[in-house]
Amino acid sequence: MPRRSKLDTVKIAFRNSKFRFGFGLLMFFIIFSLVGGIFTPFSGDGLYYEQIPNTTVKIATYSQKTLPPMSEETLITYLGKEIKVLHILGTDAFGKDVYAQLVQGLRTSLWVAFLAAIIGTILGITIGFVAGYRGGWVDEGLMMFVNIMLVIPSIILLILVAAYLSARSPEVQALIIGITNWPWVARAVRAQTLSLKNREFVALAKLAGQRDVKIIFGEIMPNMVSYVFMAGILQFSGAILASATLDFIGLGPTTTVSLGTILQKAIAYNALQFGSWWWFIPPGLIITLIITALFFVNLGMEEVFNPRLRRGGE
Amino acid sequence: MGFKKYLARKTGVYLITFLFAVTLNWLLPRLMPGNPIEGMMAQAGTGGVNEALIEFYEKLYGLDQPLWKQFVNFWSSLFHGDLGYSILYRAPVTDIIRHALPYDIVVLLPAIALSWLVGNWLGAIAGKNKRYDRYTMPIFYFLASMPYFWFAMLLVYFVGVELGWLPYQGAYDPSTVPSFSAGFVLDFLKHWILPFLSLFVVMIGSWAIGMRNMIIYELEADYVRYLEALGGSEKLLTKHAYRNAILPQVTGLALQLGLMVAGAIATEIVFNYPGIGVLIMNAALSQDYFLLQGAFLMVVISVLLANFLIDIIYAFIDPRVRASYTEG
Repeated sequence: MPRRSKLDTVKIAFRNSKFRFGFGLLMFFIIFSLVGGIFTPFSGDGLYYEQIPNTTVKIATYSQKTLPPMSEETLITYLGKEIKVLHILGTDAFGKDVYAQLVQGLRTSLWVAFLAAIIGTILGITIGFVAGYRGGWVDEGLMMFVNIMLVIPSIILLILVAAYLSARSPEVQALIIGITNWPWVARAVRAQTLSLKNREFVALAKLAGQRDVKIIFGEIMPNMVSYVFMAGILQFSGAILASATLDFIGLGPTTTVSLGTILQKAIAYNALQFGSWWWFIPPGLIITLIITALFFVNLGMEEVFNPRLRRGGE
Repeated sequence: MGFKKYLARKTGVYLITFLFAVTLNWLLPRLMPGNPIEGMMAQAGTGGVNEALIEFYEKLYGLDQPLWKQFVNFWSSLFHGDLGYSILYRAPVTDIIRHALPYDIVVLLPAIALSWLVGNWLGAIAGKNKRYDRYTMPIFYFLASMPYFWFAMLLVYFVGVELGWLPYQGAYDPSTVPSFSAGFVLDFLKHWILPFLSLFVVMIGSWAIGMRNMIIYELEADYVRYLEALGGSEKLLTKHAYRNAILPQVTGLALQLGLMVAGAIATEIVFNYPGIGVLIMNAALSQDYFLLQGAFLMVVISVLLANFLIDIIYAFIDPRVRASYTEG
């Protein structure tokens, strides 16, 4: 099979409409999470901070009003200044700006999911690879472990661990999601390794006397890159969902806002009953759209790498 | 003869998984930093941390014994049905869970079964019909991407609050007493509809996607082409493709169970539906570790049992598994 250069693959991927749609949507949210804050004077926790002259101290201005989207409010700051501010997506029950929290929350959620996906994918690749390449009892033992981890619902492990940690940073959350999410990757990578390691080019490399490490990174890995990338994307969407669920139960990061914690606060302070739809619809919609986008990226990539799946005229 | 072997092997695998899960349940709290006794005392409001009291509690919970003894004790009390005492609810954990479990079953079981049937049906149509596929696929993907609890919140807001059609808090009106009267059953059903619907609708998405992909794949397979060449009707082709496509969907049922449990836990919290999900949240937030461990165990056991059942069903419906165990 002739090797396609990586650039060609990327070009073909971008010709695929599903990939373009998913990738574009994903990029939009990533950029939004990074620069969305410049459209609002509020800081990430939804409060307006004012710098006290000649010091580094910043003091927040609190207001108690729950306002609908696009409403203006006049804040009287600590120093007595009157400032007119616009709440793009209104405020929550504590008078905090929802839009500012949303930008910060999105950044946290993406960061958690990214870290968790990296951790889970690396763990999964390593374990799946060792199992598939070594074979024998190593394979049996590892696969037994993988199957056990697959059956035990990971959310329940996450809850158990998170409940024992009184202070949780996004990074800790990512770590515990990563170390429970890997079995899927391990299984997929093992299957790929099994099918690759008996191909002619691997046998040839072995005959040529190459060392295992060189065979793994020189012959087998390059043929799995697309596969691993797709597994990583699935990990990412799984991690977004897992972290949102964990946050929603009340076990989210204690140090910052995330999409899930916004939803948790909304439920806890009766946003549904008071009809503050701007508080709970946007965060959930963003989660849904991100996962949809990842689905489409994956679909597009599947079609690129496996032309049989393409359905005429695409 | 052969089926017995299959059954024995599966039982063995699930036993090992059970052992592992229980050990994890015992080990994890001991690996975590911090002293749970202090946390529990702070929650119980016994007025600060007191050395004598800590010693008393450590003795009470057997934490002063060597680790291996603690492990043995853990198993022995487990087999006596003793999961400890919940500080939050001030009742034995076993009793609390026994009261919560029926609510989970009543919502989850119909939601999973019906969504599986409806989802597979819709997915099969999408796999066969290109025009229909074009419009429904984005909807299925959107559904499958939705966090269960967010869709539940939308239902509460639009159907419960804005339209006021259905109740959305608890499993029944708190002013009524549970009984088998017509009035109570009706009230119970009314409270049941929204939690059920929120799980059911979201689940449809992933079943439909799986089925649609399988049908497309099977319709391209050689045996279908051969049948087509023989002049088989389209109905016959679809029937054969469907039979092969449904098998992975049964396996999918087992694999999706974990995600569904996660969804159900969060959904119950939205509706304040008194199942295991609400228990888990309350236990986690108030550091009621016995209740948390008990709930963990209950969920693991249920999921393992469900997996086991699915494996047995699978052996009956997949001729390949049947054959490999009856011939060999």
